[in-house]
Amino acid sequence: MAQGPATQPQGGELGAAPVIVGLLLIAVVFQSMNDRFLSPQNLSNLTVQIAAIGLMTTGVIMVLLLGEIDLSIGSVAGLSAGVLAVLAVRHGWSEWAAVGAAVAVGLLVGLLHGFVFAKMGVPAFVVTLAGLLGWQGVHLYLMGGDGSINTSSSGAIAMLTQTYFVPVVGWFLVLLAVGLYLLSVLVVEGRRRSAGLPYKPLAEVLFRTLLLSLPLAGGVWVLNQYKGVPLAFLIFVGFVVVLDLVLRKTRYGRMVYAVGGSSEAARRAGINVDLIRISVFGIASTLAALGGVMLVSRNFAASVSTGGGAELMMAIAAAVIGGTSLFGGRGNAYSALLGGLVLGAITSGLLLLQMDTSVRFMITAAVLLIAVVLDAVSRRGRRTHARGGA
Amino acid sequence: MVALLGDNGAGKSTLVKVIAGAHPADSGGTVLWDGTPVTIGAPADAQRLGIATIYQDLALCDNLDIVGNLFLGNERLHFPGTLDEVEMERRAVELLDSLSVSIPDLRIPVAALSGGQRQIIAIARSLLGQPRVVMLDEPTAALGVAQTAQVLDLIERLRDQGLGVVLISHNMADVRAVADRAVVLRLGRNAGDFPIASTSYEEIVAAITGASDNPVTRRSTRTGSSATATKDKE
Repeated sequence: MAQGPATQPQGGELGAAPVIVGLLLIAVVFQSMNDRFLSPQNLSNLTVQIAAIGLMTTGVIMVLLLGEIDLSIGSVAGLSAGVLAVLAVRHGWSEWAAVGAAVAVGLLVGLLHGFVFAKMGVPAFVVTLAGLLGWQGVHLYLMGGDGSINTSSSGAIAMLTQTYFVPVVGWFLVLLAVGLYLLSVLVVEGRRRSAGLPYKPLAEVLFRTLLLSLPLAGGVWVLNQYKGVPLAFLIFVGFVVVLDLVLRKTRYGRMVYAVGGSSEAARRAGINVDLIRISVFGIASTLAALGGVMLVSRNFAASVSTGGGAELMMAIAAAVIGGTSLFGGRGNAYSALLGGLVLGAITSGLLLLQMDTSVRFMITAAVLLIAVVLDAVSRRGRRTHARGGA
Repeated sequence: MVALLGDNGAGKSTLVKVIAGAHPADSGGTVLWDGTPVTIGAPADAQRLGIATIYQDLALCDNLDIVGNLFLGNERLHFPGTLDEVEMERRAVELLDSLSVSIPDLRIPVAALSGGQRQIIAIARSLLGQPRVVMLDEPTAALGVAQTAQVLDLIERLRDQGLGVVLISHNMADVRAVADRAVVLRLGRNAGDFPIASTSYEEIVAAITGASDNPVTRRSTRTGSSATATKDKE
């Protein structure tokens, strides 16, 4: 998935290796304690469960790449859930229109955060802390006296997490992804070759393609054993892929990394730093709002507590566990997928073992701590290395 | 090649910032470009005129690779908005070759480079805009002996390619090594414009400090040594 080690800004020196090892370790441990852990049904449910927080994580990653933090995403997800339910149920809007409105509210909230942060110079930490409280307040206000509003269990909203694709669709998507990957790499390596730059030999390209296709095919095969590839997971992965392409292949993405690396250098290079900051906060809150829609879809309801629980912490933790640095400028969109899978697997495994939430929090905290320590150590390594030759 | 000299606080960096468009000019002054007055209100204006500036702190993004830094804010695109990495890398190799700079891997983050290499990348980056004048603010201030020589070599190569070079420096040895003219600023005013070849070290110091009677000259008379001895103290 993450490709061409030499051609992009890297997440960290260790890359994705520790997360993948951790994920395999988690799988082995839980499977040995309960053989239903790796069953197609459990894995399929896991992919649907991680979609909502996964979308929020994808947004958090953008903000972390800037070297900032967004503490409001849980509240924004809750606000979006509230807007969705109030409009769709109380005001009888069509469900798609309500989803659109909920996401638009997210975008506006994010732009507001970005504006206050970038233009008024208030630290993002404080702006979004106010957002954390304030949007939760608006959410409660919108819900009125109702503790929760039930949405239809058969409409468009519910469909988001209840749709599964027939097996052939899954296989088609695998072929499409692998084909596009291979094609794009071949084109790039061909151009590098004719430009006289170092290029990867065909054997390496094919090997990388194989390395990509194995988990994709394996995943689809397992999901097809149950109900097929879930739409919710596909939406999540779709956003991760699109965001990854935006970050690595577009000018906008390069600007985001540049601002995260050194905002002063970015400013002097003529980049509109304020605009990048505002847009990133806009994207983060939009994705959080989408996460809120997914939460409603899965519970058939928006309640006063939607988005007010562990969602914020889990989303930030997933981003860091997935390998995105808290110090800005380093990381990639796939951290959302990897980190989300790690946290989802832990949650699902402990539920199967009928462990208490308390245990889940403690274990999640330990995993998060390990990830942050790895991040800090690799950062310090880079610093000393950088000064070594000076 | 012009060297801009002056004591701390003499206004060297401010002058550079004004010319680069990073700092608004107060009033009264005019910038003449090819004999005509121009207004430089923003960094983009200066770039359009062909003035490239390399600041003391280099303004590189540590997390981006060399190619990414060279083309930052000036990326080559194939479709609107999408980066053409192959073209950028090809141009980067070409550019660094033309400067006789050898860095084996252009895809490592600049955080991993030495101070001299970082300075060279910062200078190379300014050349992508096809400037006619390059301003360097203290390019050798933080460098070791060998790296300073490397950077001075590069600066001489710029001059040989026909670029105007403005070198801001504290280091008289550097200035005498590469510059043709020295302009001295003192307390924000022009305190003299000297051809390096026919000006003594003491005359320049006198202009910098504003008097022929100053700690530096007093010291050299007292010790009875020539300029070289004092120069070593620098």
